[in-house]
Amino acid sequence: MAQKYELKQREVWDGNLAAAHALRQAQVDVVAAYPITPSTPIVQNYAQFLADGYVDGEFVMVESEHSAMSACVGAAAAGGRVATATSSQGYALMVEVLYQASGMRLPIVMTVVNRALASPLNIHGDHSDLYLGRDAGWIHLIANNPQEAYDLTLCAFRIGEDERVRLPVTTNQDGFLVSHTAQVVEPLSDEEAYKFVGDYKPKYPMLDTKNPVTYGAQTEEEWHFEHKVNQHKALMESFPVIEEVFSEFEKLTGRKYNLVETYKLDDADIALVLMGSAFETAMLAVDKAREEGIKVGLLMPRVFRPFPYNEIAKKLKNVKAVAALDRSAPMGTTGALFNEVSAALMANGQSAIMTNYIYGLGGRDTTVEHILEVIKETNENKKANKRVTPLQGFINLRGPKLSFN
Amino acid sequence: MLQIRWHSRAGQGAVTGAKALADVMARTGKYVQAYSVYGAEKRGAPMTAYDKIDDKPILDHSKWMRPDYVLVIDPSLVFQEEIVNNTTDDTVFIVTTHMDKEDLLNVAKHLQGKKVYVIDAIKISQEEIGRAIPNTPMLGAFVKISGIIPFEDFLVSIKDILSKFPQKIIDGNLRAIKRAYEEVK
Repeated sequence: MAQKYELKQREVWDGNLAAAHALRQAQVDVVAAYPITPSTPIVQNYAQFLADGYVDGEFVMVESEHSAMSACVGAAAAGGRVATATSSQGYALMVEVLYQASGMRLPIVMTVVNRALASPLNIHGDHSDLYLGRDAGWIHLIANNPQEAYDLTLCAFRIGEDERVRLPVTTNQDGFLVSHTAQVVEPLSDEEAYKFVGDYKPKYPMLDTKNPVTYGAQTEEEWHFEHKVNQHKALMESFPVIEEVFSEFEKLTGRKYNLVETYKLDDADIALVLMGSAFETAMLAVDKAREEGIKVGLLMPRVFRPFPYNEIAKKLKNVKAVAALDRSAPMGTTGALFNEVSAALMANGQSAIMTNYIYGLGGRDTTVEHILEVIKETNENKKANKRVTPLQGFINLRGPKLSFN
Repeated sequence: MLQIRWHSRAGQGAVTGAKALADVMARTGKYVQAYSVYGAEKRGAPMTAYDKIDDKPILDHSKWMRPDYVLVIDPSLVFQEEIVNNTTDDTVFIVTTHMDKEDLLNVAKHLQGKKVYVIDAIKISQEEIGRAIPNTPMLGAFVKISGIIPFEDFLVSIKDILSKFPQKIIDGNLRAIKRAYEEVK
């Protein structure tokens, strides 16, 4: 029986330690992982908890991330609660198996610390890995600080394992900016946390040898489409379950999460849409802009997949101009967040002036002043009642100003 | 918001020092952030670590700051002009050096006109802890100069934070902290 870990009411944890404690408290049966910067401390801390007697489950050492996710698939199909952690190149190597995990409807939880993809090699934070896994059929939750990395990891088990969902879930936190930044975290006690997550309920476990089942079967033209659409339907219909879990979490902690988070959006004329730690930095920029009389608000999809497009359109109903900020190289088009927010507005008959900004690649610093500049440019579009700034701009990029139209 | 920037070489304990200070201040009810800027980190390479301390949750996740305090824990880094980057006339510098302040300012001209305090944290840590780990003595010096927390309260918290170490290490660190608190000038 795992020992209880004595926690203070207020701990000072970085995002990695926060995620590791959430995995420990969920009493995961199998963690299979191959450590990679900047998520290494999640795996390292978890292994330490195991060695010190705070974890009952198994920790499986593997030789690559492909093997890590494969071992997770095996353990989850066998009927266990399963989790792992990764970043960047490790995530990229896992991608093939990510699709397998979701296709087999295995509720694995993966704590991702977002990092740039090579080449050139870079260990710092951006959303390239998150975007790479966008269509893999997983639920993707976004945490902006260590407290949220902890909270959402606990919620991830509840959401993914719910009978109505049964899908794998990632929690995402920005490399270094969250993963290696120590902040105040108010954890639950081990009992409270485990009670919230609940006992794992296996569904069609392979170890139930009296009821043999097949995982990873082949389906061709006759049934592949139906299987994939079923999986898509499960994602599309997971919104109310996610909201239910968030609402129960609020009752327990007082901390409220929403499908779509906003800041000062109610009376706003213009809005910025962005995800991750920069959302919080942008809150300070909004406060400054409002002192100068610019009525600006913020929006962030807390849940990147499934994408709450109607909810986003509803919340942006009254704004005249929107800047969508993507922290990933768009490589030949506009950024994904821009595309999806634009589509959400268009589909709902809304016509805010849309612009796209790329920022923070490979950990490039994005300050309050930088975001304030974007707010001012977006306000120019609102004042002119048409787009007078470039379609796509780049924040804090070296060299002559670059833009695309 | 109080902002502190540490200048160190990787392996000298600036990250641990920054996190320990954040931990101490969080216990007084403050909100904190402690982080460092990593390159392709190699032992001995110059690096920076940061503390932010405030009465409300800290939202700014950018690395940029205008420090109220600059803590230099490696005696050679005081000669790098980068230590004055983004500082103001009010920024307080506490630097590790074997020199007295006057001699130091004659060679580290970028510190002239700045508020500078000196402490030989390397010597103190070597003598009291047995290794050149100048992070905890720097904390002692910082608590003295900043008056951010009563020294007795600081000692109670830091003792608890160090409690995972062997008694000999804890005692050495506490002696180093107290000496630095007395000797900083």
